[in-house]
Amino acid sequence: MRTDITNINKQTPYTGLTEALEVYAGGTSVHFNTGDWRNNTPVYHADKCRQCLLCAPCCPDSSIPVTDGKRAGFDYDHCKGCGICAEVCPFDAMEMKAGNEV
Amino acid sequence: MKQQIEIRWHGRGGQGAKTAALLLADVAFKFGKNVQGFPEYGPERMGAPITAYNRISSDPIRVHSNIYDPDYVAVVDETLIQSVDVTAGLKPEGALIVNTPKSSDEIRAQLPGFEGKIVTIDARRIAEKTLGKNFPNSSMLAAVVAVTGLLPREEFLKEMRAAYAHKFAKKPEVVEGNMKALEMTLDAIA
Amino acid sequence: MSMNENTNQNTIVEAIPERMSGNEAVAYAIRQVNPDVMPAFPITPSTEIPQMVSTYISNGQLDTEFIPVESEHSAMSAAIGAEAAGARTMTATSSAGLALMWEELLLAASNRLPIALTLVNRTLSGPININCDHSDGMGARDTGWIQIYAENNQEAYDNYIQAFRIAEHKDVRLPIMICQDGFITSHAVQNLYLLPDEAVKDFVGTYEPEEYLLKPHQPMALGPYSETDYVMEAKKNQLDAMNRSRQVILDVADEFAQMSGRSYGFFEEYRTDDADYIMLLMGSAAGTAKDAVDELREAGIKAGVIKLRVFRPFPEKELAKALSGCKACAILDRCESYNGNSGVLGSEVTAGLYRAGVQIRTLNRIYGLGGRDFTVDSAKSVFEELTNWMDGGEEPLQNEYIGLRR
Repeated sequence: MRTDITNINKQTPYTGLTEALEVYAGGTSVHFNTGDWRNNTPVYHADKCRQCLLCAPCCPDSSIPVTDGKRAGFDYDHCKGCGICAEVCPFDAMEMKAGNEV
Repeated sequence: MKQQIEIRWHGRGGQGAKTAALLLADVAFKFGKNVQGFPEYGPERMGAPITAYNRISSDPIRVHSNIYDPDYVAVVDETLIQSVDVTAGLKPEGALIVNTPKSSDEIRAQLPGFEGKIVTIDARRIAEKTLGKNFPNSSMLAAVVAVTGLLPREEFLKEMRAAYAHKFAKKPEVVEGNMKALEMTLDAIA
Repeated sequence: MSMNENTNQNTIVEAIPERMSGNEAVAYAIRQVNPDVMPAFPITPSTEIPQMVSTYISNGQLDTEFIPVESEHSAMSAAIGAEAAGARTMTATSSAGLALMWEELLLAASNRLPIALTLVNRTLSGPININCDHSDGMGARDTGWIQIYAENNQEAYDNYIQAFRIAEHKDVRLPIMICQDGFITSHAVQNLYLLPDEAVKDFVGTYEPEEYLLKPHQPMALGPYSETDYVMEAKKNQLDAMNRSRQVILDVADEFAQMSGRSYGFFEEYRTDDADYIMLLMGSAAGTAKDAVDELREAGIKAGVIKLRVFRPFPEKELAKALSGCKACAILDRCESYNGNSGVLGSEVTAGLYRAGVQIRTLNRIYGLGGRDFTVDSAKSVFEELTNWMDGGEEPLQNEYIGLRR
């Protein structure tokens, strides 16, 4: 039986941890909302976007989801507001605003 | 009563003193003995003096040190007599076995103070005659077997034939030469 | 406990008499165990082991995946990867090779990967030297590996066959080092008894880890970054596993004894029952010390030997108990530790005695560095120091080197 690692936290006694701190799941970083860390927030202007998709692979946090070859808004649960997307966009389709309000 | 003999081999890197010690361990093992065969390692190069050892015993062998008071010493290269103290610790009732065309008296003259038995065997000549090359191992092995009386002649030869057949499976032509070297040596020492 | 005696009574399997060097014996055991993966880089005096394994593979006698790597750092890295993927993995090394694995040794242990490493003990420079002492193995004492030492080729063979059963046990899951003395046993041909291939195969069994990286449809991550909040808890679990290995080591030894007729424990006690004077040491020198004990016994001196087999986990309580009846114990180390208690054994044995309240006299001695020969006379000289001391002489100077030229 695999330990349910979602029940492990900083209060868990040592006997409750997995051996070698093994993580019994894949892609677990999605459960960590790094969007909380953001103090600058990108704003997407769909009218200026030409769907060149330069931005998506440049995002270090995979927070620009692409569906059917097109991007829409941001995954604000994970966007840390680094601003790389706004920097690489040739069409000024993204701008950075202070604060973490969406 | 525990019966054990200890043998020290002196040779030069590449001459096969280690191989001879391992061969002796092999053949004694085949006769149900407890054996040890091991070289003393250093930064060996071709031609540098090397030492190898054998313990052959009726009982299991536990000691793992080198041998300082051997019953027998085998010298694969007589030029070592000038640079190495080959008789160091050699028991008076034992023997020094030297690969040389010289007589035992001539060798004794080079070893002032040594009063033990000396047996000489021209292993080089035997090897060149039987194998066409200077591989003195088989001859030295037979000399040690003959002098120590460790193994009876016929059984020893039979065992060695099987061992050579295995060792030289890919060049069976050298088996006869090696067998001949053993026999010539046993005849010479008998 | 009696080791090395093949009584061959009540044993299940046939004992096959052979003569082999220690390296040959371990390579033979590897062929019989047939591990899945062996990454290795050659270094004297363990070089023959990967060499012989490669020969077995090229002769079609072994289907182990041999990975020729460019260094020991890579050898242990590859071993970690292979073991984590779910493969039974082993490697071999000596001296500087083990030192170059240093970082990975700790990773293998903390990631709970039951890799078997056969260590052919050689000194760590300097002065640069190729011969035996225990400075390599003792240097890795705090890496979290189980360490088992052998007196001779028989024990190196037997220990190797028990290794995977100990390391892979679900209560343990720790890497294991099977150690033997470089050249002294690794290159010395001696008699031993082998086990039939089938018996070894049945004894070792197949490797079926519960969790591994290549488990289909069951993704997992291993070796994650651990925040400070988790490190001590993880380390405590690792320590508990090491402690649980004590019982597993004894259980596996029992099962091995039933099969082979050869018994093993944490240590061997030789003529210690009524001994006044005990010499405690590891490796090939223990055999030499036993011969010294027999000679001393004939002269009426009650001498005995304790040969430590399992160095990690360290059996401090058992050793203290075994020593509690003697007057004085000489603790011999084949490495220097620069700590005022000679080597590692000097420190750990005396600490164990103190904790157990055993108030015997101890004498620390260092021997055999860089292959310096340890003879029956060497052993007797140490016993003589003990007897002189107990007969009312002055306490000998501690931490001296045996056979040092002055």
